[in-house]
Amino acid sequence: MLSIKNLKASIEDTEILKGLDLEVKPGEIHAIMGPNGSGKSTLASVLAGREDYEVTEGDVKFNGKDLLDLEPNERAGEGLFLAFQYPVEIPGVSNMNFLKQAINSIREYKGEDAIAAKEFLKKVKEKQDLVGLSGRLANRSVNEGFSGGEKKRNEIFQMAMLDPKLAILDETDSGLDIDALKTVADGVNQLRRKDNAFIVITHYQRLLDYIVPDVVHVLSEGKIVKSGPKELALELEEKGYDWLKEDEGVNA
Amino acid sequence: MSTTSKKDKFIANFMKNPVADAIGQQQTVREEAFQALRELEFPTLKDEAWKYTRVAGILNKEFEVKEVENPALSENYLIPDLKVNRLVFINGKFQSELSEIIDSDLDIKTTAQARFENHDAVGGYLGSLTNHKNEIFTALNTAFNQTGAFVQIQKNKKPQFPVHIIDVTEGEGVTYQPRNLFVLEEGAELDVIHTIEGDNGQSFTNLVNEFVIKENAKASYYQVQRNGEKNNHIQTTQVYQAQNSRFRTGTYTFGGKLIRNNVNIAVDGENCETILNGAFLLNGKQHVDNHTFVDHLQPHCESHENYKGIIGGKATGVFNGKVLVRPDSQKINAFQSNQNILLTEQAEINSKPELEIYADDVKCSHGSTTGQMDEEALFYLMSRGLTKAGAMGLMIQAFAAESIEIVEIEPLKQWIESLVEERCKEIQD
Ligand SMILES: Nc1ncnc2c1ncn2[C@@H]1O[C@H](COP(=O)(O)OP(=O)(O)O)[C@@H](O)[C@H]1O
Ligand SMILES: [Mg+2]
Repeated sequence: MLSIKNLKASIEDTEILKGLDLEVKPGEIHAIMGPNGSGKSTLASVLAGREDYEVTEGDVKFNGKDLLDLEPNERAGEGLFLAFQYPVEIPGVSNMNFLKQAINSIREYKGEDAIAAKEFLKKVKEKQDLVGLSGRLANRSVNEGFSGGEKKRNEIFQMAMLDPKLAILDETDSGLDIDALKTVADGVNQLRRKDNAFIVITHYQRLLDYIVPDVVHVLSEGKIVKSGPKELALELEEKGYDWLKEDEGVNA
Repeated sequence: MSTTSKKDKFIANFMKNPVADAIGQQQTVREEAFQALRELEFPTLKDEAWKYTRVAGILNKEFEVKEVENPALSENYLIPDLKVNRLVFINGKFQSELSEIIDSDLDIKTTAQARFENHDAVGGYLGSLTNHKNEIFTALNTAFNQTGAFVQIQKNKKPQFPVHIIDVTEGEGVTYQPRNLFVLEEGAELDVIHTIEGDNGQSFTNLVNEFVIKENAKASYYQVQRNGEKNNHIQTTQVYQAQNSRFRTGTYTFGGKLIRNNVNIAVDGENCETILNGAFLLNGKQHVDNHTFVDHLQPHCESHENYKGIIGGKATGVFNGKVLVRPDSQKINAFQSNQNILLTEQAEINSKPELEIYADDVKCSHGSTTGQMDEEALFYLMSRGLTKAGAMGLMIQAFAAESIEIVEIEPLKQWIESLVEERCKEIQD
């Protein structure tokens, strides 16, 4: 589904990603952990198509297509979704209006008809219930005045509405209390299918108690320095990341 | 060529068409205007009030007052789902066949007709508010205007439907100068919608409106400027508010080549409410200059002003809003805001909000901001599938919305919103 080879990316002439490889197959959940500043959000942003980053080397294939050649909206059309670490507040743009336009833009990209009003409303209700935002989005602007938790739930809500093939969750668990965390995890687990995949970026092992990953990767200084089964997350929780740096050469 | 002869040559464009005789006070007003035309010069960039707007380009051209042969009303000029008293003017000439008055007892006629009848209100009010002795474009209109809409609402009356004036410009090298007068007697109410339409011909239009709003009366004036792309348009709306009155106006600019909008409001009574909003969505080489002046002559009043500029291409916007609070005008609340988004590097805005306050017990604020599109928000929207145009459209609409909220006629509000949405598609490249 996703194949990243030797990805290097810079921002303002500082190289952040320094040759990163990653393979994600349908049905899988990958967790990416790593210290602050190691490049996790950079990876997510580059995949989603944020303009600030310059890709200097490497290759990213998404379901056979060259992802890096596509505009951000085309990537969404191809089935990529990024839940932002810091969801953006957009005053004056209504949640519902935006979401409807998002769904219809993706449908148009795929050559499908626009969603019927009734179907849209039904879906909104269903997915709002799923993330515990029932009735809290109508008549409000995108993320404006939302609490931290509401913003993260809104990301998962949008993910559920858009039903992507590959969703990248960038620290969606940060700053959430245990109930919100469970809601987010439930959201992911209910969407989980054989033909879609998730990349879950997190600092904390606790999310992985609820979303059980197939693989855990450690990102450090712009590279994946270690990959392993879900138990790796526990080990990281106990030992931190420093021990990895020492045998970086061995594992990289 | 000296400026004087340039001026004379330009004024001669209008001399070709004789204006109807004026009677009584109207004769005096017209003579004052002619006198002013002899004495005044057209403004240059050296005049503070015209610092950013060059009219020399208009003065160099030849224009003519011209009627059209087969006047017709485009479906596109009508506001969906809104019943109105409709007055249609094409190239300044009233089109009775295309007009329709549906309020049975509405006192509405053309200013030409009212003048011909020597109507009391026209005699007393037309030119009573304007600065035709000192402002050359107002003088030009006052000297040569042919007609316009005249509406007088009697004491405590309110028409069931709004008055919709449609001004259409058709043809090459056309000029005309509409003159509208609205008189609201005590406790009267009136909603006026004025839409300006035009084809692609070069033209010069010079409009003057007067609103006399007496005690307890309520008037609104919503203008949608869809002027043709080579139209040069200058207008002045002169408003007088007596006590307990309310005036709200919205000026929404989509078309035109060079537009200058003046709104001057004398708030001359206590407990008045004044709202003046506007939005301009520009591209290409459009130039739109909004000058507003709210004169708080009396205490205990409130005025709110909110203009939004969205400027693309190589277009230029100007906002100059002045609020004057006179020495004895205590307890005034005056708020003024102008916010702008520049879509390109060549787009330009000159924004100058001005507060001049001589009273000490007032609450006044003003602010002006200019920025670019929020890239972070754009990326967020696009990452959810919206095209760049779609995402920008949503954000521009959200940005402009505040200036449109004041429109109390729902179908009109929706129509303006849809025009903003359409315009967003045009101004992005
Ligand atoms: N605009 C920028 N200019 C320069 N460096 C940046 C910029 N944005 C982020 N960085 C740097 O890139 C590195 C990776 O950041 P990020 O991807 O956000 O890390 P993570 O998500 O793993 O915490 C950090 O060292 C950060 O300081
Ligand atoms: Mg991060």
